[in-house]
Amino acid sequence: MIELKNLTKQFIQKNGQSFNAVNDVNLVVPEGEICVLLGPSGCGKTTTMKMINRLIEPSSGQVLINGEDTAGIDTVTLRRNIGYVIQQIGLFPNMTIEDNIMVVPRMLGWDRKRCRERARELMSMVALDPDRFLHRYPKEMSGGQQQRIGVIRALAADAPVLLMDEPFGAVDPINREQIQNEFQLMQRQLGKTVMLVSHDIDEAIKLGDRIAVFRQGRIVQCAGADEILAKPADEFVASFVGHDRTLKRLLLVQAGDVADAQETQTATLDTPLSHAFGVMDDNDARYLAVVDREGKPLGYVQRKDAKGAEGTCADKLKPFSATSKPDENLRVVLSRLYEHNLTWMPVLDADGRYNGEVSQDYIASFLNSGKTHGRQRMALK
Amino acid sequence: MNNRAFLKRISIGLILAAAAIAALVYGIGPAEIAQYREDLVYLGQQHLYLVGVSMTLALVVGLPSGVLLSRPWARRYAEHGMQVFNIGNTLPPMAVLALAMVVVGIGDKPAIVALFLASLLPIVRNTYAGLSGLSPTLIEAANAIGMTPRQRLWRVELPNALPVILSGVRIALAINVGTAPLAFLIGASSYGELIFPGIYLNNHTALLLGAVGTAAIALVLDVLVASLGKFMSPRGVA
Ligand SMILES: Nc1ncnc2c1ncn2[C@@H]1O[C@H](COP(=O)(O)OP(=O)(O)OP(=O)(O)O)[C@@H](O)[C@H]1O
Ligand SMILES: [Mg+2]
Repeated sequence: MIELKNLTKQFIQKNGQSFNAVNDVNLVVPEGEICVLLGPSGCGKTTTMKMINRLIEPSSGQVLINGEDTAGIDTVTLRRNIGYVIQQIGLFPNMTIEDNIMVVPRMLGWDRKRCRERARELMSMVALDPDRFLHRYPKEMSGGQQQRIGVIRALAADAPVLLMDEPFGAVDPINREQIQNEFQLMQRQLGKTVMLVSHDIDEAIKLGDRIAVFRQGRIVQCAGADEILAKPADEFVASFVGHDRTLKRLLLVQAGDVADAQETQTATLDTPLSHAFGVMDDNDARYLAVVDREGKPLGYVQRKDAKGAEGTCADKLKPFSATSKPDENLRVVLSRLYEHNLTWMPVLDADGRYNGEVSQDYIASFLNSGKTHGRQRMALK
Repeated sequence: MNNRAFLKRISIGLILAAAAIAALVYGIGPAEIAQYREDLVYLGQQHLYLVGVSMTLALVVGLPSGVLLSRPWARRYAEHGMQVFNIGNTLPPMAVLALAMVVVGIGDKPAIVALFLASLLPIVRNTYAGLSGLSPTLIEAANAIGMTPRQRLWRVELPNALPVILSGVRIALAINVGTAPLAFLIGASSYGELIFPGIYLNNHTALLLGAVGTAAIALVLDVLVASLGKFMSPRGVA
């Protein structure tokens, strides 16, 4: 757990005046959570982070890690127990990538073999081929590749607390998405306490259990992503998160969440149309998915086709032109609905079985409700 | 510079030197050179001795001084400190030799003192410049992962400053080898013992042999130091 109490940093400017780069910041990051510091350039995010591992000494206030005041811990011990990804990457040019990754574990006295294995494991995690890259030097890699090494260097010694200053800034969008996913996966397993700086609201939404919006050294709002998007504290937060913030809330819900919350209603090819109509009528639905014996979708029948009709669902079957996967967020689903000019779309589980549906109506009512729906781990808190 | 380019440069240097020596032998004639053989060997050893001892001393004093001056707490005093080391260079070598003779007497000792002073500044200055010119990000990264100041110095600062430090050593070496012939004037043996009488007595053979001997030592030592540096510097630093 990281706690910041009335943390302030005063700098003296060139003209002799003093100003507070960080001004009376109070913040708690509970164990195992990711807190994203979000804000415009120069608002004090880096300064706040550096006060946690004491690269910068606070002017006043306290930093507690697991309840212990960091002012009383010697800086070397403190820093070895905090993984830090610095904003400018900061790999050591004189060391190979492998040595760069292994510095901290080696300092902590791990044996060589264990360090080697760790380096390989971490490389695969950030989608870099260990055989190709481990023996290169930093200058022989691209900026984005170096940044990924910077991230895994911070992870190498398995420190329980991580500070990450714009860790994915120099990575291209496709790789960034992938690394973010990997990082999320890792975070779910390891449950580190993470403070992460970002400029990117989408990244903050994706990774942050909690987002602290900074402005001129102060926190203007600290809340879960959904609350920030649904109820921004002021005009500044609203404009920073973007005027399409309502649509951004769609990022927070995955198709699987929606499908899981539904009662799954399906028919098979030999279901009589009259029966199918009854099911739709009871559920006030305009369509019904038709599946095979394994539960895989074959198509659907419409209520107006089934009304008063003879025969089975096979006679009136219409094919699906698009489907979605459970881990896709609603923004992706909505985009696909428009792309195919559909009003609804089935959600298939990992084995391709029909799991539920997402409709434009559902999305509209979710956005309208303003309720904080969010991910499950958010609901647990 | 990659290894192949480096080898090429070294071999070109050596070929040129060999060619110069061959031309010299041809011009003066092998018979006459044979006459000087004993002198050449003895004086070469003496020359190397003066250079070796004074350079070793300069390195032993200069490298740690450069490191100390570059420590954060010493930065404020660094420029003043540098002035102290400047003495060896702002005074002309002749004057330093004369002073050394007055203080230490004649022979090898004052010569070594003077050569030591002349070599000291480039070593200190480049060590200091190499270390204090490292990017602050690098230092911060080392601090951020919890290196102690000592670990930071040995694992990060010195390896990355090595090219600059080495170029200081090479400059010092060139100054040192080139100044050593003057030691003749205060009674120490070196190739100066061929050069100066050569000038006074208008003996071109002695003069040329002394000069070429000095140049050959300078060249060979420089190549040695450069190769050593090449060998020690990691591929990532250039
Ligand atoms: N050592 C320093 N001396 C004086 N002012 C400083 C110092 N370090 C930072 N500042 C100032 O403090 C403010 C906050 O800087 P900080 O680096 O924390 O910003 P940031 O939020 O990380 O910005 P960015 O997103 O651009 O990285 C800036 O106005 C900066 O100019
Ligand atoms: Mg910053």
